[in-house]
Amino acid sequence: MTVGAPSRKRAILGLAGRRLAFAVPVLVIVSAAMFALGAASPFDPIYQYYGVGVFTASAADIARVRAQLGLDDSVVVQFGRWAGDLLTGDLGDSRSLRQPVAEVITERLPWTLLLVSVGLGIAVLVALVLGVVTAWRQGGWLDRIVTALAQAIEGIPAFVLALGAIALFALGLGWLPVAGLTDAGGDVSVGQVARHLVLPATVLGVSQSPWLLLHVRQSLLGALAEDHVTGARARGLTEPAVVLRHALPTALLPFVTLLGARVPELVTGAVLVEVVFSWPGVAAAIVQAALAVDYPLLATLTLFATAAVLLGSLLADVAAALLDPRVATDG
Amino acid sequence: MAETILAPRVDPVEPGSWRTAARRRAGTPRGRGAAGRARFRLVGGIGLLVALVLAAVLGPWLGGLDDRLIDYTAVRLAPSLAHPFGTDDAGRDLLLRSLAGLRVSLLVAVLCAGISTVLGAVVGALSGAVGGWTDRLLMRLVDTVNAVPHLLLGIVIVALYRGSLWAVVASIALTHWTTVARIVRAEVLSLRQRPFIDAAISGGASRRRVLRRHLLPAVVPQAAMSAVLLLPHAVWHETALSFLGLGLPPHLASLGNILGDGRDAVLLGAWWIVVFPSALLVAATLAVSGIASVWRDRLVPRRRSELAL
Repeated sequence: MTVGAPSRKRAILGLAGRRLAFAVPVLVIVSAAMFALGAASPFDPIYQYYGVGVFTASAADIARVRAQLGLDDSVVVQFGRWAGDLLTGDLGDSRSLRQPVAEVITERLPWTLLLVSVGLGIAVLVALVLGVVTAWRQGGWLDRIVTALAQAIEGIPAFVLALGAIALFALGLGWLPVAGLTDAGGDVSVGQVARHLVLPATVLGVSQSPWLLLHVRQSLLGALAEDHVTGARARGLTEPAVVLRHALPTALLPFVTLLGARVPELVTGAVLVEVVFSWPGVAAAIVQAALAVDYPLLATLTLFATAAVLLGSLLADVAAALLDPRVATDG
Repeated sequence: MAETILAPRVDPVEPGSWRTAARRRAGTPRGRGAAGRARFRLVGGIGLLVALVLAAVLGPWLGGLDDRLIDYTAVRLAPSLAHPFGTDDAGRDLLLRSLAGLRVSLLVAVLCAGISTVLGAVVGALSGAVGGWTDRLLMRLVDTVNAVPHLLLGIVIVALYRGSLWAVVASIALTHWTTVARIVRAEVLSLRQRPFIDAAISGGASRRRVLRRHLLPAVVPQAAMSAVLLLPHAVWHETALSFLGLGLPPHLASLGNILGDGRDAVLLGAWWIVVFPSALLVAATLAVSGIASVWRDRLVPRRRSELAL
């Protein structure tokens, strides 16, 4: 294996390179397809620009604005201009928020990242702890209760969970604020944000956890039946050592890949949770953009989300290859 | 003691080791428990689904009541005998409205599942049967569609073609065919190795005939099952879009629209506007996925271990 080590490293780098190379055509196709959808849409951006004023504006004014926005050029020219701007770092202007798209992202992305990372942390923690306990005590009352609950929560949409949590913890018990990033008119301080983060992050985490939990449980059940675990038991190791040090590491290898493949669901969950809790993140901005048919913002954010999905699966594959020497690197 | 250690290990499943785990366990307490749970899921799921569909289809007809009847003297009434689910912001009876919403949501879900299954089956069968570059290109297309979070792609489509049932159906169908395509492709690839395909080819059947007469009928069970598995997903998707205000037009009562309206009502303490429609939604989802899981266990026993709960 001493000979194999450097070549393994090279193989993993090659894997990363190939995946990055695959990401480029995907992003190009996705942006082209979105542009084609926009061009084929019956919606005319001029209405968005003017709002109700479009009915009173003179034809000359409308023609001028159309020329200014570049709406008279062919679809291909418009796409070329948009893609060229994108590559040079100019993301265009959001028509509904009336500010540059780049500004929207830099303002809002940190809040989304905060929410998603805390939510994912909660989901992983819940999944690991409960997954291990349920697999260890398979068939016991705790196992039955937890798996039944997990199945039920898996069937409840995140926004229903969010509404329920608001009704119970914010309105019923009054423990936590209903929505927003801070109290009305309050300054953005660590304490304020932390208090307002609890409910959205917990809801996101709880709605994401069942699927992860059931996978941890299942893969740990598989690992507990493996020979090396029987061997560890036969040597008289304590039960915690057997489960946590011998079975769990084997069971967690697929978990890394699962987490990376979970990015689309995280984005979806973030959209719903941010909207219900009026969290000022990018995911909520996507919905605002869609409601206002704010094409530049909508297209850019969707492209960003796609890039995030590709990055997630790339990181997961690289991590899996690094952690497990058996993983093939030619895929 | 020594004897037990030295005795050759007799595998209790030796004579029937090829049998599925479920078969081996049949008759044992564990097997009976699993079979009982499966029967419960199947019977309970079918019963619940039949009840819900009947209620959704027949409910609005019984008594000639109108779910759109607005009554401003009865705004946000708590559940009572006259209004078992309470009333909403405009005094509409929530029971009738939820049933109408359930009907719309189920209809959209069936449409979406049907379209995406047909689309996915065609792409998957082509990809698996033709192979080569067609296969590579189609699978890259599947990867590309999967790279965009489905709700976002749906949001983009609905935003640009707002306000119609078909926009919602298209946005869900166009994002969900990829799963079916993958399943059907894998199935076709495995079927291609079977003797009956070889026999058909040696019998002089054309490519087209092999595909249409031998491969496609054989993947129907798998495709039908993925259609059923898609149903809860489609319901969820429609509800999420409508909840965000991007789904069905507001006059069509769908579960998502009702829940979206109920968002502000919750802040006023009208919990029933959210609780009852979402209970219907969850019941429908659980019923369908319960049936689908039993069906899948019977169709693909190998996968039972992955999903045994």
